[in-house]
Amino acid sequence: MALALAPLEEHPFLRGLSPAQVKAIACEVREESFPAGALLLREGDEARTLFLLRTGRVSLELNIPGQGPRQLESLKGGDILGLSWLFPPYRWHLDARAVEPVEVFALDAACLRGPSPEHPVLEPALAMRLVRQLYERLERVRMQRLDLYKGGA
Amino acid sequence: MSTGALSTAQPMAPVPLRVRSLRRESADTFTVSLDVSGRPGGFPFQPGQFNMLYALGVGEVPISISGDPGRPGELLHTIRVVGSVTEALRRVGRGGWMGVRGPYGRPWPLEEARGLDVVVVAGGLGLAPLRSVILHLLRHREAYGRVSLLVGARSPEGLLYRRELARWGKDPRLKVLITVDQAGPEWKEHVGVVPALLRDMALDASRTVALMCGPEVMMRFTVRELERLGVPDTRIHLSLERNMKCAVGFCGHCQLVPFFVCKDGPVLPYDRLRPFLHVREV
Ligand SMILES: Cc1cc2nc3c(=O)[nH]c(=O)nc-3n(C[C@H](O)[C@H](O)[C@H](O)COP(=O)(O)OP(=O)(O)OC[C@H]3O[C@@H](n4cnc5c(N)ncnc54)[C@H](O)[C@@H]3O)c2cc1C
Ligand code: FES
Repeated sequence: MALALAPLEEHPFLRGLSPAQVKAIACEVREESFPAGALLLREGDEARTLFLLRTGRVSLELNIPGQGPRQLESLKGGDILGLSWLFPPYRWHLDARAVEPVEVFALDAACLRGPSPEHPVLEPALAMRLVRQLYERLERVRMQRLDLYKGGA
Repeated sequence: MSTGALSTAQPMAPVPLRVRSLRRESADTFTVSLDVSGRPGGFPFQPGQFNMLYALGVGEVPISISGDPGRPGELLHTIRVVGSVTEALRRVGRGGWMGVRGPYGRPWPLEEARGLDVVVVAGGLGLAPLRSVILHLLRHREAYGRVSLLVGARSPEGLLYRRELARWGKDPRLKVLITVDQAGPEWKEHVGVVPALLRDMALDASRTVALMCGPEVMMRFTVRELERLGVPDTRIHLSLERNMKCAVGFCGHCQLVPFFVCKDGPVLPYDRLRPFLHVREV
């Protein structure tokens, strides 16, 4: 029997928020599944979803001319995926591929951005959580850029 | 300190041992097996200890023992070629001689870890001194709680002991998570930094001991994540690398403020290391 998946408000990105805050942030939510190999995001497509990953693993990929796709980072259940809906031109700038079967909550960016897409007004709780995610991702990218394992241990 | 498998009367005198075999691990790294068959009892050591390996006429460098502590009849070192001595050690070849003195250094606290969950964190070449830990834990598996191995490397091709890692990955007694900085589409494990793997672990901080070896920057970030998860800094142990000469506490070459890494380390608990980890080498 499949294990019951945690509900929306239990997702680490939203955990601890009041029901009213969750409702304001996730006013339109779909539950979606992707088989291994499927693309959740495709570079260049319109960005209009924030994915909250529930289970499975997703790899962020960039296609490098002459080299083919390179995996840049993997994300997994508990992580969030897709922030390009925050700023114009609202296009994904990476591919995201399911490495194994993936379950997500897909939150509609139109309602995350608030009533005016040109001048988004984010819920403060949402804004702080996004900043934290971005900061943590920046730290990880910095560390990856150091090429730590190049010489010696 | 030293368990004195070789001469402690003349701690600076290397003993010549013949190279039994060499195995290529990656483009710049190889594992050398030294012949200790002529020595009664072989070459006993404790996981985490190192030897000084001498390339005749070129120089001497500290290299961890990467073999199985339960099989003292086999003496293994995994060496990355980074400069003149390691290059000379590679050139020795099968049947040639290397000078060896050791084993030296404070080992991993595997007695203290009995009954606890053990998280082993290895970055790059840091897997070499931790291989002996994994082999020890598997041999005495019932004495420990959950055992996990987190490994980081630059790329899939840069991973050490690939066959063995694949075998450990299938072993139900061990949870193995591997991550690389970058990979092609065929790679099915994680991509990213080692500390990010800890978020996957459902770790019970109150009964976890962490043993870690790798680039110091990686260890600093990993320690921060472990502390955030609540692992006490007395139970986080790091193996440090500092340039060495005597390896027996005479020359001060390896000094890290109050410690001589050769004799107080290379394995030290983070509560003692914390104030000094940011001190630069002179
Ligand atoms: C306790 C201990 C255990 C070690 N275990 C291993 C091991 O299992 N396998 C392995 O390949 N190497 C290990 N090393 C590192 C190894 O000793 C050095 O790579 C070696 O001394 C380099 O000598 P070289 O003459 O080839 O290079 P050098 O010409 O001396 O140096 C080449 C480059 O390596 C750097 N370097 C030199 N010595 C060290 C050092 N001790 N730590 C970090 N960087 C250094 C130099 O700054 C330079 O950038 C260990 C070091 C210590 C202290
Ligand atoms: S290497 Fe001489 S004191 Fe440590």
